[in-house]
Amino acid sequence: MAIPRIWRQIEEKYNLVGTLCKDCKKKHFPPREVCSCGCYDLEKYRFLGKGEIVTYTVIRISSEDNEDTPFRNIPYVLAIVRLDEGPSLTAQIVQCSESELMIGKKVEMVFRKLLEKGEKGVIQYGYKFRIA
Amino acid sequence: MRKVAVIGVGMTKFGLLFERDLSSMAVEAGSLAINDAGIEKKDVEVLYGGTMSGGLFSNQEHTGSLLADRMGLNVPSVRVEAACASGGLALRQGYIDIASGMHDIAVVGGVEKMTDTLNTTKVLATAADVEREAVFGATFPGLYAMMAKLHMHRYGTTEVQMADVSVKNHANAVHNKSAHFQKEISVDDVMRSQKIADPLKILDASPISDGAAALVLASEEKARELCDTPVWIAGSGHATDTISLHDREDITTLKATVAAAKQAYGQAHLTSKDIDVAEVHDCFTIAELMAIEDLGFVKKGASGKFTSEGNTKVGGKIPINPSGGLKAKGHPIGASGVAQAIEAVLQLRGDAGKRNTGAHTALTHNVGGSGGTAIVHIFKR
Repeated sequence: MAIPRIWRQIEEKYNLVGTLCKDCKKKHFPPREVCSCGCYDLEKYRFLGKGEIVTYTVIRISSEDNEDTPFRNIPYVLAIVRLDEGPSLTAQIVQCSESELMIGKKVEMVFRKLLEKGEKGVIQYGYKFRIA
Repeated sequence: MRKVAVIGVGMTKFGLLFERDLSSMAVEAGSLAINDAGIEKKDVEVLYGGTMSGGLFSNQEHTGSLLADRMGLNVPSVRVEAACASGGLALRQGYIDIASGMHDIAVVGGVEKMTDTLNTTKVLATAADVEREAVFGATFPGLYAMMAKLHMHRYGTTEVQMADVSVKNHANAVHNKSAHFQKEISVDDVMRSQKIADPLKILDASPISDGAAALVLASEEKARELCDTPVWIAGSGHATDTISLHDREDITTLKATVAAAKQAYGQAHLTSKDIDVAEVHDCFTIAELMAIEDLGFVKKGASGKFTSEGNTKVGGKIPINPSGGLKAKGHPIGASGVAQAIEAVLQLRGDAGKRNTGAHTALTHNVGGSGGTAIVHIFKR
């Protein structure tokens, strides 16, 4: 992935910055250019990073691309997390045993390494979640 | 809008076709369809070809030109892409073209060459939201596994009920010589197979296949002139939903399927009760269960029990995937939606051999990604 592509997502992926519609007050994550109400007047909004597990899986076979580390560290837990402010996102759940996983479990954001492209490649960081 | 008929069908065998490339498969399917229609190549006025990613699978884009060239046709040629629904969308675009009166005879096809890369799972993940799903480690089995997990939690659906889908589709494919697998499997085989993303196992998943499929579409006037057994497209629906699974209002329903089905039923003046046989998008076993709910064949949450009781077998209340489905016929991404239509045509003509259901009305359902696109077609004799 080209470096600018990673750089321009730093706010979103490091700090959970999305958007708030000034008109209907709907909050979006990831950030949007236009609200579902049709309004273009959006401002940045930082989410607190607290939420709950909507559904989850344990990924046991992943991409065969050896250059991408998150795909190599199998098994890993993937979940859909609904943030307390409303929107949902897809993220890995870390630092937990499989027996702790449950639909409805409260989770919180942590900052982690997402992708590493070989020894010389750029490291991409972003959000994962852990049991709160 | 003019009436449109399917007057010819053709497909390659689906499977691991290491000796074949993208264009040779497409030419075989297209030529078979033209022969089946009893027309000449020069009668074809336009091509629509569905393919998800010649670029990532085979380093080849511009497949509109490529396939027209290899077919030896210098006609307008459109490459259509909607991930796993590329074939179904190519059919719909060809249907719209003929119905509009722009052309009278079209070849619509789908093709995918999946075994020229070692990175199939990564290529497939590009049908998800790459920046918001795939980068965090979402794979396609992973996304459908999360749907399955919630469906089980909410409705009590079981892994054995999902396995029953796979067992049924494999049993159907035994009678389909074009299928990737012609091998019966047992519930035990599915339950003991390798886990890929809990609760899904390798035998809950459709395989990686190469293959191509094609149809000849004609206007009513041409169809009546050229064909004794035209199969009419009675309804066509196309809907989109959020590309990311996590943005859906309900993760156990594909809203795009519900919307596309509503359009197709409305256009055909039919309801789910009028459908005799259906080919649905069973990329994973849970996808078939959700599909028969979203298409209205069974109420939400009841699909597992309905399937385990045998209602979706050939000879059951509503046979689902008599061809073997994506699960056992194979799933060359761009070809699948067109191959579904071929099964519908064979069923309505009574040309499906031991798979024949005697149907008068057939439905096909093709999904792109985790439900970002859905295409539904209804066919009648």
